[in-house]
Amino acid sequence: MNIKFDDPNRPNSYIGRTVPRPNAGRLVAGKGRYVDDITLPRMVHVAFLRCPHAHAKIGEIDTEEARAQKGVLGIFTARDLAQVCTPWEGKLAHLEGMKTPPQSALAIDRATWAGEPVVAVVARTRAEAEAAAALVIVDFEPLPAVTDMRSALDKDTPVLHPQFDDNLCFRKENATATPQKAFDGAHTVVESEFKIGRHTGVTLEPRVIIADWNGGEGELTAHVSNQAPHMLQVLLAKHMGIPESRVRVICGDVGGSFGVKVHVYPDEVATAAIAKIMGRPVKFCADRLESFTSDIHARDHEATGRIAVDESGKILGFDVDDWTGIGPYSIYPRTSAVEGLQVTNLIGGPYDFEHYRVRSTTVFQNKGICAQYRAVGHPVAVAITEGLVDMAAAEMGIDPIEFRRRNVIRDDAYPVTTAAGLKLEGLSHEKSLDALVEAMDYDVLRAEQADLRKRGIHRGIGIASFIELTNPSPFMYGIGGARISAQDGCTVRMDPDGSVVVLTGVTEQGQGTEAIMAQIVAEAVGIRPDMVRVVTGDTRVTPFGGGTWASRGAGIGGEAALKAGRALRDQILGIAASMLQAKAEGLDIRDGQIVDAASGEDRLPLEELGRVVYFRGDTLPKDLSRELMQTRHYITSDYPYAFTNGVQASYVEVDTETGFVKLLKHWCVEDCGRIINPQLVDEQIRGGIVQGIGGALFEEIVYDDEGQIQNGSMADYLVPMSGEMPDMVIRHVETPTQESELGAKGAGEAGTAGAPAAVMNAINDAIRPLGGQVTRMPFTPERVLRALGTLKD
Amino acid sequence: MTDAFRNRIDLELTVNGEAVELTVPAGRHLIDLLRLDLGLTGSHAGCEHGVCGACTVLVDGAPVRGCLTLAPQLGGADVWTIEGLTDRGLVADLQAAFVARNALQCGYCTPGMLVAAKALIDAGGTPSRAEIREHMSGNYCRCTGYEAIVDAVETVARDRAEGAMS
Repeated sequence: MNIKFDDPNRPNSYIGRTVPRPNAGRLVAGKGRYVDDITLPRMVHVAFLRCPHAHAKIGEIDTEEARAQKGVLGIFTARDLAQVCTPWEGKLAHLEGMKTPPQSALAIDRATWAGEPVVAVVARTRAEAEAAAALVIVDFEPLPAVTDMRSALDKDTPVLHPQFDDNLCFRKENATATPQKAFDGAHTVVESEFKIGRHTGVTLEPRVIIADWNGGEGELTAHVSNQAPHMLQVLLAKHMGIPESRVRVICGDVGGSFGVKVHVYPDEVATAAIAKIMGRPVKFCADRLESFTSDIHARDHEATGRIAVDESGKILGFDVDDWTGIGPYSIYPRTSAVEGLQVTNLIGGPYDFEHYRVRSTTVFQNKGICAQYRAVGHPVAVAITEGLVDMAAAEMGIDPIEFRRRNVIRDDAYPVTTAAGLKLEGLSHEKSLDALVEAMDYDVLRAEQADLRKRGIHRGIGIASFIELTNPSPFMYGIGGARISAQDGCTVRMDPDGSVVVLTGVTEQGQGTEAIMAQIVAEAVGIRPDMVRVVTGDTRVTPFGGGTWASRGAGIGGEAALKAGRALRDQILGIAASMLQAKAEGLDIRDGQIVDAASGEDRLPLEELGRVVYFRGDTLPKDLSRELMQTRHYITSDYPYAFTNGVQASYVEVDTETGFVKLLKHWCVEDCGRIINPQLVDEQIRGGIVQGIGGALFEEIVYDDEGQIQNGSMADYLVPMSGEMPDMVIRHVETPTQESELGAKGAGEAGTAGAPAAVMNAINDAIRPLGGQVTRMPFTPERVLRALGTLKD
Repeated sequence: MTDAFRNRIDLELTVNGEAVELTVPAGRHLIDLLRLDLGLTGSHAGCEHGVCGACTVLVDGAPVRGCLTLAPQLGGADVWTIEGLTDRGLVADLQAAFVARNALQCGYCTPGMLVAAKALIDAGGTPSRAEIREHMSGNYCRCTGYEAIVDAVETVARDRAEGAMS
């Protein structure tokens, strides 16, 4: 049940307001402290020799010349590191039939993608380590590479891992009882193929770790650019045989993460292992080529989909066959099966229909490892769903907004279990469509489009409704046996002057975690946000938690903060009641003052209460509890996920001579439940939209048939820059989750989930009258021209 | 001839208004000179091939890529980084606008963004949004989607133009 945060005149009304981020002033002054900014005494640098082949047997390794280079302090192979570190398998127990082989910090005997680390070279400087690594001679014997996902399971395709019978990692079909029924005799059936390119996160700060082994205390400290410090703590402890209490993971400023930095990477584990062997701090910082070849990749889906619609424009069912290739290993510990799995859950998500069949096939191949990246599976499922929906609407001559109005799940229908089996607590598709139409001035825009069309200007409007999974319970990772925490915790402590320190298990990578925690605790306790200091990202001091991923920080970490703040408030009022010989229920805390709740009259400043408790505790009753430090943990339990929803629209102009797509404007109406900080939510949505647009128009890791990356630089892998991006109008509907008092759901991934589909539909709306249609992302000028028939060869 | 004699360069330059004398490897890039030799970690290495703009600093008044500029070229140069610009208040209005508009998230691109924006703002006038977008197109930001950055730069340009008129 929610607390009422709607009255803006309530005392301490910080939840729901735009409050500046406490860490922003430091970052604009260049005073951020990212891991590569840290230099520790006796620190050395590691560089990796990475396999240049997509697939190769590792023969003799000759390190003699490299070892003789000035500055080189150590060279390590897989067998050296195996002494201090065990291999891992990215599996979840409940994913039936899933398989993946053990993976080690450095490749043993065989390397399975171009970029897999094979030998580690440690030197005084990174430059010396790199130069020496180039002199290590490895006798690689190239093996046949598996690169094409669609033929990965064919009989004549080599099997990548000898211990398995085939290249299948995981296959899942999610279907209702009679999926075919929708298509038998349906008024309209539309079928299409879709392709989503292989993306990577391109965090501006690369992956970086400093591992430091303190032999005297048997303790490993890792400064690492990561989203989930406690996860990394327990996994480093497990694989290096150290008690969890002796592994300290510190995640200070993180220069972008987006899911790239929530995984266990072999080069980072190798760095920790080397630190333990050498007994001194070791730094690894990926260079940009290493980022492209060894950061996780994502998407890379190919699908065939069908939609069936009756004569009234009512959707009857979806039938989708989805394929994805995830590289040679499933990622640890989350697995690489989840993106495909989410596609099987999310197709048709916004709509009310009966018949459903989605099959997703995840195969091994000799490319970089694919894994969870912002909006896991959603951009794929939304592109397929919304692509089919728009094609069906066009086929039947129904306006795409009207088509969606006829088919979205009604706002008053909740709770709902969808055809795919998702439990939805409460969404707002109808209200969101209304808000979008109003924000866009839809009819005027359509008239403008028609008018310009007569003058040979081809503009398009694309709509994409979506649902988005946030606030995950242990439903996915916990029950699968992964040591990934779905709960989170918060400790609040009042210092003698009445200011408050907050320790939270969720982390900050720029989303504004510190700001919203300060707002929530300020409101819960009754002080100003500038009296709150938030500490994140240090496993030695913060409560055990999951970190920041799957849009969980506000909804789960925020609820823990609210509960901890309210517990501190209750404790303060209990002490104040004793000091004032009043009843606690009759007192309140406002702006750092204990006041009479009814009259608002000042009774006692918090700093006076702090002085008495900490320095003159002798004046308080002996049995009075006086813990001005409270911890609360929170976990969701009513629903596996708190789904959010929204709808996006894109307005584009297609140059039919060059194939260039100009983004004119973008809209998003989004419902993330309770909004804690409107500005931060809007900027999460905007950043997410642009990341989605990247996939729609620019981003694709291109491999050749031999498994070599063709565009492993920022000059060749294109990302959105300011010149091509549109202004974005963001609107909100608020349907708080009733599961928590705060009512917040996540907002971090909605933009990315819906934007690619909106852009695709806009381009198709522009070129459909010319007989063109695009469904293979990214929609490069060449692909647009091919769709228009201008390019034919 | 020793390696050191052949491969090292003695350098005198000014960084953030302070005289600096040091000996660096001949292949030292400006970004490494700043970060490794001088401890000025506010400028960041992003791509190390001149595309992302995270290492943008001012050399003799012009924004340059720290990752493409060889330190031995910089004898007698006047270099300004985010640290010095902040201390002298030379980008204070841009910094305030970036904070107010939340024109940064992770902050990694921000020092380079501010240097690039300073060059545009110092040129005077009130650039259009399209001109701001074009000017800032050499600086990559993965977090914000750019609109807040454009808003912040636009606000400062307008405020400075109004201040100049009044």
